[in-house]
Amino acid sequence: MGPLSIISEFPEWLNLLIALFIGVGFGFALEQAGFSSSRRLAGMFYGYDTTVLKVFFTAAIVALVGSQLLSFFGLLNLKLVYVNPYYMNATIIGGVIMGAGFIMGGYCPGTGISALSIGKIDAMIFLLGGLVGAFLFAETSPYIQTIFLGNYKGAMRIDEWMGVSTGVFTFILIVAAVFLFWLSELAEKRFSRPEITSEI
Amino acid sequence: MEKRKYMNPYLAGTLLGFVLLSAMFLSGRGLGASGGIKYAMVAIVGAVDKDHAMESPYYSKYFENGESPLKNWLALEVFGMVLGGFISGAISHRLKFKVEKSPKITTRKRLLFAFFGGVFFVYGAQLARGCTSGAALSGMAVLSVAGFVTMVAIFGSAYLFAWFFRSLWI
Repeated sequence: MGPLSIISEFPEWLNLLIALFIGVGFGFALEQAGFSSSRRLAGMFYGYDTTVLKVFFTAAIVALVGSQLLSFFGLLNLKLVYVNPYYMNATIIGGVIMGAGFIMGGYCPGTGISALSIGKIDAMIFLLGGLVGAFLFAETSPYIQTIFLGNYKGAMRIDEWMGVSTGVFTFILIVAAVFLFWLSELAEKRFSRPEITSEI
Repeated sequence: MEKRKYMNPYLAGTLLGFVLLSAMFLSGRGLGASGGIKYAMVAIVGAVDKDHAMESPYYSKYFENGESPLKNWLALEVFGMVLGGFISGAISHRLKFKVEKSPKITTRKRLLFAFFGGVFFVYGAQLARGCTSGAALSGMAVLSVAGFVTMVAIFGSAYLFAWFFRSLWI
């Protein structure tokens, strides 16, 4: 019965060892997907490469369906799995700032780490900027508490918010993802940039 | 040696999904990346100016237990990410020091925008309590509204700003 570390009360060293192994898998998957290339990632926003959407939605659906199945068979207690709290103002404003950073830098933090691990110098500079961004947040945090804490909605779940069952929502999400996959294949043809895609 | 092609995106997504599912099953949590950057920053501030770190309510909470802020699930996970990425790069012959950029822009310009992109992204991630990994992807897998809103906000905003920064990429 999972989550194993909580239910079996793992010692700290074992939790940290698990974290290390999860990280190895995470870094490996991102690099194999080609997320170590900023020009591949940026393709998402100009249509010539939509790998980001395909990987992102496939991963979310696999983890969602997998965890629902484990829960159904009594192997995972989903009440003990962390659900991100929703602070509406901070989530939206933070998300918009992140999007601007994404298109300027060509990476997000996870993909930046993936690119750093194979020697991309632009990713190292991106992450250096990331350290500065984290520092600026720490230093400015006393002044932005109203934004940071505003419109707190708790650990709100989208299926409950929409008033549908988890199964129905999962089904809607899968249909939406398949539609987006189809759209992204069209985009790759319509906005194809062979001179870029042949280099990445 | 010729560098190998990337994995099929749906296969890579399935692999990533199983990694995320393992984190949920083993540790009861999702993946993360910006959090690891934050712990690295906190450790640096603690090493450079311990007094400032102890006085500030933001930093001091990470030093309360007397241990290094790097002795932490997310920090170890990010360390593992570097190892995993390196292993993947090694087996696919992609290990190489280089600046990746459009041939139409200078290295200086690419690095300048990479730096500011990093500043913006991680500032926003701290505000939103997570980035593409910790808030958007992991959040969607547990059906949190915060996860879906973060995903829409990040990608919507990047599409909005893409026109202004198109000379960097196309």
